[in-house]
Amino acid sequence: MACNCGNGGCGTDYGTPARVSEKLVTLEIDGIEVTVPEGTSLMRAAAEVGVQIPKLCATDSLEPFGSCRLCIVEVEGRRGYPASCTTLADNGLKVSTQTPKLAEIRRGIMELYISDHPLDCLTCAANGNCELQDMAGAVGLREVRYGYEGENHLKAVKDESNPYFSYDSAKCIVCNRCVRACEETQGTFALTIDGRGFESRVSPGQMENFMDSECVSCGACVQACPTATLMEKSITLHGQPEHSVITTCAYCGVGCSFKAEMKGNQVVSMAPNKDGHANHGHSCVKGRFAWGYATHSDRITTPMIRDNISDPWREVSWEEAVAYAAKRLREIQAKYGKDAVGGITSSRCTNEETYLVQKLVRAAFGNNNVDTCARVCHSPTGYGLKQTLGESAGTQTFDSVMHADVILVIGANPTDGHPVFGSQMKRRLREGARLIVVDPRAIDLVKSPHVQADYHLKLRPGTNVAVANALAHVIVTENLTDEAFVAGRCEAQAYADWKEFVARPENSPEALEAASGVPAQLVREAARLYATGGNAAIYYGLGVTEHSQGSTMVLAIANLAMATGNIGREGVGVNPLRGQNNVQGSCDMGSFPHEFPGYRHVSDDAARGLFESAWGVKLDNEPGLRIPNMFEAALDGSYKGLYVEGEDIAQSDPNTQHVTAALEAMECVVVQDLFLNETAKFAHVFLPGSSFLEKNGTFTNAERRISPVRKVMPPLAGKEDWEITQMLSNALGYPMHYSHPSEIMDEIARLTPTFHGVSYAKIEQMGSVQWPCNEEAPQGTPIMHIEEFVRGKGKFFVTRYVPTDEKVTQKFPLILTTGRILSHYNVGAQTRRTANTAWHPEDVLEIHPHDAEERGIKDGDWVGIQSRAGETVLHARITERMQPGVVYTTFHHPFSGANVITTDNSDWATNCPEYKVTAVQVMKVTQPSEWQQRYRQFSEKQQELLQQREMMKAQ
Amino acid sequence: MSIKVYVPRDSSALSLGANQVAMAILVEAARRGASIDIVRNGSRGMFWLETLVEVATLDGRIAYGPVQPQDVHGLFESNFLYGGEHHLRLGLTEDLPFLKNQERLTFARVGITDPVSLVDYVAYDGYRGLKRALGMDGAGVVKQVTDSGLRGRGGAAFPTGIKWNTVLNTGAAQKYIVCNADEGDSGTYSDRMIMEGDPFVLIEGMTIAGIAVGATQGYIYLRSEYPHAYQVLKEAIAVATASNYLGQNILGSGKTFHLEVRRGAGAYVCGEETSLLESLEGKRGIVRFKPPLPAIQGLFGQPTIINNVISLASVPIILDRGGVFYRDYGMGRSRGTLPIQLAGNLKHCGLVEKAFGVTLRELLYDYGGGSASGRPIRAVQVGGPLGSYLPESQFDTPLDYEAFSSIWAVLGHGGIVAFDDTVDMAHMARYAMEFCAIESCGKCTPCRIGSTRGVEVMDKIIKGQDHAANIQLLRDLSDTMLNASLCALGGMTPYPVLSALNHFPQDFGLQKTQQAA
Repeated sequence: MACNCGNGGCGTDYGTPARVSEKLVTLEIDGIEVTVPEGTSLMRAAAEVGVQIPKLCATDSLEPFGSCRLCIVEVEGRRGYPASCTTLADNGLKVSTQTPKLAEIRRGIMELYISDHPLDCLTCAANGNCELQDMAGAVGLREVRYGYEGENHLKAVKDESNPYFSYDSAKCIVCNRCVRACEETQGTFALTIDGRGFESRVSPGQMENFMDSECVSCGACVQACPTATLMEKSITLHGQPEHSVITTCAYCGVGCSFKAEMKGNQVVSMAPNKDGHANHGHSCVKGRFAWGYATHSDRITTPMIRDNISDPWREVSWEEAVAYAAKRLREIQAKYGKDAVGGITSSRCTNEETYLVQKLVRAAFGNNNVDTCARVCHSPTGYGLKQTLGESAGTQTFDSVMHADVILVIGANPTDGHPVFGSQMKRRLREGARLIVVDPRAIDLVKSPHVQADYHLKLRPGTNVAVANALAHVIVTENLTDEAFVAGRCEAQAYADWKEFVARPENSPEALEAASGVPAQLVREAARLYATGGNAAIYYGLGVTEHSQGSTMVLAIANLAMATGNIGREGVGVNPLRGQNNVQGSCDMGSFPHEFPGYRHVSDDAARGLFESAWGVKLDNEPGLRIPNMFEAALDGSYKGLYVEGEDIAQSDPNTQHVTAALEAMECVVVQDLFLNETAKFAHVFLPGSSFLEKNGTFTNAERRISPVRKVMPPLAGKEDWEITQMLSNALGYPMHYSHPSEIMDEIARLTPTFHGVSYAKIEQMGSVQWPCNEEAPQGTPIMHIEEFVRGKGKFFVTRYVPTDEKVTQKFPLILTTGRILSHYNVGAQTRRTANTAWHPEDVLEIHPHDAEERGIKDGDWVGIQSRAGETVLHARITERMQPGVVYTTFHHPFSGANVITTDNSDWATNCPEYKVTAVQVMKVTQPSEWQQRYRQFSEKQQELLQQREMMKAQ
Repeated sequence: MSIKVYVPRDSSALSLGANQVAMAILVEAARRGASIDIVRNGSRGMFWLETLVEVATLDGRIAYGPVQPQDVHGLFESNFLYGGEHHLRLGLTEDLPFLKNQERLTFARVGITDPVSLVDYVAYDGYRGLKRALGMDGAGVVKQVTDSGLRGRGGAAFPTGIKWNTVLNTGAAQKYIVCNADEGDSGTYSDRMIMEGDPFVLIEGMTIAGIAVGATQGYIYLRSEYPHAYQVLKEAIAVATASNYLGQNILGSGKTFHLEVRRGAGAYVCGEETSLLESLEGKRGIVRFKPPLPAIQGLFGQPTIINNVISLASVPIILDRGGVFYRDYGMGRSRGTLPIQLAGNLKHCGLVEKAFGVTLRELLYDYGGGSASGRPIRAVQVGGPLGSYLPESQFDTPLDYEAFSSIWAVLGHGGIVAFDDTVDMAHMARYAMEFCAIESCGKCTPCRIGSTRGVEVMDKIIKGQDHAANIQLLRDLSDTMLNASLCALGGMTPYPVLSALNHFPQDFGLQKTQQAA
């Protein structure tokens, strides 16, 4: 996979985007015949047959612009010199790309460019990867007769405000590629050209610097820049890369493909891969720039053990650490029973790692006490979609959105949580798709440049099901259902029951308005649009799942899609936006206590028999403990040992004080992670893990796409995570002998029908593949449920709205809801160790001006947030994004203690916590909460205990 | 019965004190108890005679001019309300030699009627074209325009009928008519005069265009420097709308056409049609590449007729009298009439509407009366700041698109600016580059950087620095700009530069023989 072109990427730049047309046209370019789809530019047609026309403002990720004029050609029978980027191929054209006259004009243009460009090529950061330099060479520029005394921009001041890239206006050739990338690719419209004529300069906002502007630092402009004008600081520091490796981003569930641009083992840049099927060359501030955590000084690279959590850590060898962990876990099992231990894996691990963890728990621990962090995010998705459609996964590809006419976003904030897909969605919205947003907050999609929601159903947190039922009520009572689809594809009785249920007056928008706070008329209009606006696609996130009725809402969403026939083709579907990189994969890999890989219940004798014979052990037929059950059992004294890989339950799980009490009650906590995270502060064994840059494996994104994760540098601690799990298993006496993760995947494929066709060879060949991939679908399955549902007939479920027990009272009059922000990822363990903190140095409490006024709170005040579970203190941010009565925060910083406040309430079906609804009171305070003070003390103590290992080593 | 006194409201008259003259006449008439009715008409287009006051008498309209406020008392004393003798009395307006031999088709009513009086407009044959058009199908209307031979009067001279036909045949739910009223060329003012002097003819022309191609919305993109035209257009649109000549179900035809005036923000380049469309859409006024043609993807991506004011204002008479009537004027492939604007160093600056074929010399001397300074006319620039300079040897060229093209010149919008023998053509060449540098939108490289370098190269030439090399560099730069610019701004700047260099080499420090091809 490594590429040695040295250009920071390989592959041809065709200059203009590919066009799709059934009509083909044939023309001649420099005497070579070429046939291309109608609408293709001459430039692209030329590139198709290997004819490179000089260009600067054209690049195939952006629509043609026609400004640099280098790409002029001659066309037989036509006057003048048309630009090949903006001139379309047509039948019978005879095009010449190199003539003496063209050469003369191109040199003339180049001479003008260079008359206003610094001549510091040898010391320039773009040296070796500069299109201007390349073009000067290509056109044969030999002198600049204008001299350098004339007007120029050579003394322009560099904007270094962005932590990741610099803007050097002196090197700008005003090709507009950055401006166009910001508009077309990212959809933020932060950049423009200031001034006109010779004064034209790229300007973030109205001559602001990059940091003060609306720029979201996605890197699209840096990627598009042909010179050193927008230059990544890491390249300025290290120089141009010498090889690159294609891998997959370890942040959100979009699963962007990147080229790790390398100098030896040093990552110089993470460049979005143009051929990436999920991102098509786009990126966000996290994946593009926030990879420095991988080599952060906080990384722990030597195994450590201690007897008690009040003891200092002791660095030991891998063998000793693993043997110690195995010994203590076995002792616990001997003393308290085999079910007294378990494991938690993470959506941040690779498929192979997660598979091994659940295998270790089931085969080596001998129980089913394995769970994953998907428990606390998308477990209701797994449940609800399995019940209704038959498969626990989203139904579409991301690209499907480009065929949607109506987009319904429920409880998701794609521009922050899934930025690259958010950009694609915005592109489709700019093309004219209609938008309905169901969210308590005015997320960016509700109104941003050139995008505006047709309907924003600003519901009260916790009333999703009420709104979904009201939408269904309108669709059914106004006869907007797709009866033909339902008759052919769904179970008749269940449909009839559902129809009767939603048609009841109690489910009308009018009846539910008081509960949801959404005006009935708005619900009616939105329902009509969803049902009759053409291809309608639902995208949802944790705002749907993290509720006491999370699973009910997933069922309700599937009902809506089936009732309107919006499933089983491009442009429609039910699309869960997965929070972390491998939520889908970790669920697929059997990390839930009741399911083997491929969502087969542990009580299913056939499935269990298959695994028993493959793994050579007897397996338990009873589901094991879910994460919250583990905590309960720990506090009961029946659960004493835990192996946690890549997950920070002490920060991410609700009711922190409950979690930490449970951890303290355990006798052996084994943490495998990059950093001494919050959970590791309660651990007895620390096994240093490897970042996504240090190992091989695969991630599966929200569209079921299995993408390769490739080792670009050796693991800092010497071992890839799968190797550590394997060592532990062997130490526990259950042998594992994989020599490469590809062998683990082979085993997964062998044992899982939806993965039968998956192999590293196939992924290598296709770049990525969407499961199901098997004998029936050897190339994978972009769109699911096309002819029939996976479960045969789709099944409707009656979804009664049951208000949450978490009620507002006089004592707790506000609802707190939580979420994420663009610059940070989950618990922030990675992003807090990068310059992303420049955008979001702390979590704040967003509050409506009305609620703030009532409490005498001013912007920036310290406010205490108290719930039935606990109290924390944050700075207030007053914003009309919020509705009165609802406050909001994020949980990216441990000291914020967002989860000190959240409660034990959870989804009735899956125990997914109700992060999105907590009744709170907010008041002005002057100091951090008691919990925060205790947390600070404990954390400082744990840091000391970590530091002491150094001293012990010195001794 | 009160006596009609005409005092123009045209900007050129206003700048010479027309309002004060009108006020003085009112005051004086009131003082004397004379019953008068002042009509604020458009200008007749004889600027050296502004403020030109006319009085309606039984013999016809008698002209007095140039009138200044202090002349008013004397005029009343001379009984001017009845055509009395006075040293400013010019006689019957229509007999004035400057007007007598003109062929005013487009300007037929300008200066004669009250610009915002619909009654006047209709009385003087207005809206006859629209009524005829309403009786035809779209293709029939377009055919009349095609038959007339009308070509874009903004300067590009593209056949108007072909453009309209493209829009007619492009299917879309919404189409637009856009009038380019961003008249920014130095020495041109015919658009302004029409808009200030006979706005209904433009409104009618746009309405016909809308009906012909099925466009229901029109925009007049007016340069911000024309506040008086803005007022007149607003008034006239309100009147036309109130009388059902605009809006829904026009004259009971079932056809709809709405019209709005939008003002520019002072950029010359927004007179280029694609940057005009960008600006009209609310974006920065930068040039779009073509194709796609505006006729297929124009305003907001929809099929759009974008025509100059004069092109659209010529449509009513074409529909009224028929395409053939209009085509019978002119020569060669240049059919009909051209409102020519005389400016610069001329005795008689003003508007001359003539059929194509009139020569430059006739215009400069018969109409313009020779130079104002009395010195020989050395050069004229035809077609605005991007037009070529023509030396005396080319003054016999007839006004005809092809004839001009054959001598590497352009007719453009019909502006003629004359210079006497004190002009330094090297400075004029430098000015052309400077103009381009100031007005460049900055999108394409040849124009964005080339114009600034052009000024610098001209400075070196004027200083005599590396003379031969810099002359060669100027020629090379001109070649780059000419062949590689995105639009006519950069692409035509070499016209004034190279024509100055080629026709007047001595001003560049060259002997005539040194000039290159």
